[in-house]
Amino acid sequence: MNTTRRGLSFYLLAAFFALFVLFLYGPTATILVLSFQGPEGGLTFPMNGVSLHWFHNLFEQQAVGDFGGSFRRSIALGLMVMVLTVLFSVLAGFAFRRRFTGSGALFYLAVASLIVPSILVSLGIGLLFNILGLEPTWYGSALGAHLTWTLPFGLLIVFAIFNRFNPAYEEAARDLGASPWQTVRHVVLPILLPSLIGVGLFGFTLSYDEFARTLMTAGSFNTLPLEIYGMTTNVTTPVLYALGSLTTVFSFTVIGLFLLGLIALRRHRLRRAAAAG
Amino acid sequence: MTAGSTVELVKLRKAYGTTVAVDGIDLRIAAGSYCCLLGPSGCGKTSTLRMIAGHEDITDGDLLIGDSVVNDDPPAKRGTAMMFQSYALFPHLDCTDNVAFSLKMKGVAKDERRRRAQAMLELVDMGKYAARLPAQLSGGQQQRVALARALITQPGVLLLDEPLSALDPFLRVRMREELKRLHRDIGITFIHVTHSQTEAMALADLAVVMNQGRIEQAGPPRELFNRPRTAFVARFIGGHNVIDGSVIGGNGDCAVRTDRILLGDAELPTEIQVEGTVRALEYHGASVHLSLDVAGADEFAVVLDEARYFDAPVAVGDRVRAGWSQRDIHPLAS
Repeated sequence: MNTTRRGLSFYLLAAFFALFVLFLYGPTATILVLSFQGPEGGLTFPMNGVSLHWFHNLFEQQAVGDFGGSFRRSIALGLMVMVLTVLFSVLAGFAFRRRFTGSGALFYLAVASLIVPSILVSLGIGLLFNILGLEPTWYGSALGAHLTWTLPFGLLIVFAIFNRFNPAYEEAARDLGASPWQTVRHVVLPILLPSLIGVGLFGFTLSYDEFARTLMTAGSFNTLPLEIYGMTTNVTTPVLYALGSLTTVFSFTVIGLFLLGLIALRRHRLRRAAAAG
Repeated sequence: MTAGSTVELVKLRKAYGTTVAVDGIDLRIAAGSYCCLLGPSGCGKTSTLRMIAGHEDITDGDLLIGDSVVNDDPPAKRGTAMMFQSYALFPHLDCTDNVAFSLKMKGVAKDERRRRAQAMLELVDMGKYAARLPAQLSGGQQQRVALARALITQPGVLLLDEPLSALDPFLRVRMREELKRLHRDIGITFIHVTHSQTEAMALADLAVVMNQGRIEQAGPPRELFNRPRTAFVARFIGGHNVIDGSVIGGNGDCAVRTDRILLGDAELPTEIQVEGTVRALEYHGASVHLSLDVAGADEFAVVLDEARYFDAPVAVGDRVRAGWSQRDIHPLAS
């Protein structure tokens, strides 16, 4: 019997996986292709020539939509969410390492918010601001709404990170005379840094493409997902696809930069070691 | 280097909730001696070490290092330094920065602390690896760096938590020799936790056998081996058969060293004789190890000199007589 022969299951599963990849990247690829539509082209195939016309068009005054402004707002919001998520997830992670009274209940309370439908969170926060007579803004109410999503996630990840963290490092630091703050500053944070960069990236991307939680909370100025959604109903030219392509490229760039940062960090540590080794 | 400190435990007790890990032990470790805390896992030896180090709160009793009670002092104030089981070298720092860590915490200037760290690395023969990261070192090299990092604090007592268990057997023997050499050279007190009686025998001036949170026996290795106080010590130290005394006309358990037993027929030149069946047989080069099924003993081993065994070889399943002298019988406390 030939044991290396692949059975039917292999081909079925391979086909299934191919479909999965196709559905994952097919739509994005379609939009990418269509964004190079000629100046006379429409929203669907066939391609009517190939051009960068719609990318140019994107940076000109639009009849509807404010692409540049919404893009800047989304990035600023994403960065704020990123910083706050990392900061508070880590602080909460430290707190939860020591069992305190009610820590279990508090944890479930925090994580249970993940299953609340996001549109309800959005609606609730919008409503609350209304009742309190506050103006909803993307940097206020929407920021809060995003944090209801990223903080529990960040907390879960930080729990996993701390679970893998060997407490002997902290004991060693204490043994060598480090104060609690010195231990955190010189031992715990540097060791966890790569993982924390991951938490930050996660927080940023969750916020950057969040739609439902922003919908009722953004106030008068749109974030990018809201803007794109608005444009799908109003804009009838491939400029929409150009926007889609550009933001996708941007997302990949951000992830790429983070990965490069991680590699550079590792290189830096290794190079210092190799220099004299 | 500073001279070693005495360490004294007075009714030292550690409880985790209702579980008692260390049950009120008394022990005095002389300055500059090499003490091994020995026992099976869960016997309380690691909890004891961690209480001495200050990484575990003392539930009850007193801990004296030098002349002062240090129960509530933080680790760095006790004049102890600990080498952790997995060494716990900081993975993001190179060897120099790892060793210099305690100096940095004290605010010693960079040049000064790097110079002293380098000198300390030279002492453990790691000078040329100063710029390596821990992940780029072998287990033995990591251990040397961990030693240097502990010693740079100039402790009076060095605490070692199973320092050799992460090494392969060959390296273990070599590092054992180096620990002993280092101990002789710097003259401070070493307290070394291990579950290996070989390690304790090879290293200790004072071996402390622990069981269920209590000290079964403390003394020089030779005393433990030749005069085990209890059946537990005799079994744990190894090289002994524990026999129910009534089988050989006495009372209470007694111990007989496995290498003092001879096999043979009626003309054995020994006063005490038992009969048994050979269950297993192992050739060890210089000696041959036999396991016998003998009434009155759970395990009964005989270690015969190779030449003596092959003068009159036996096979598995044979009925044999085993005998030994009256003076080789060592009574045990229950």
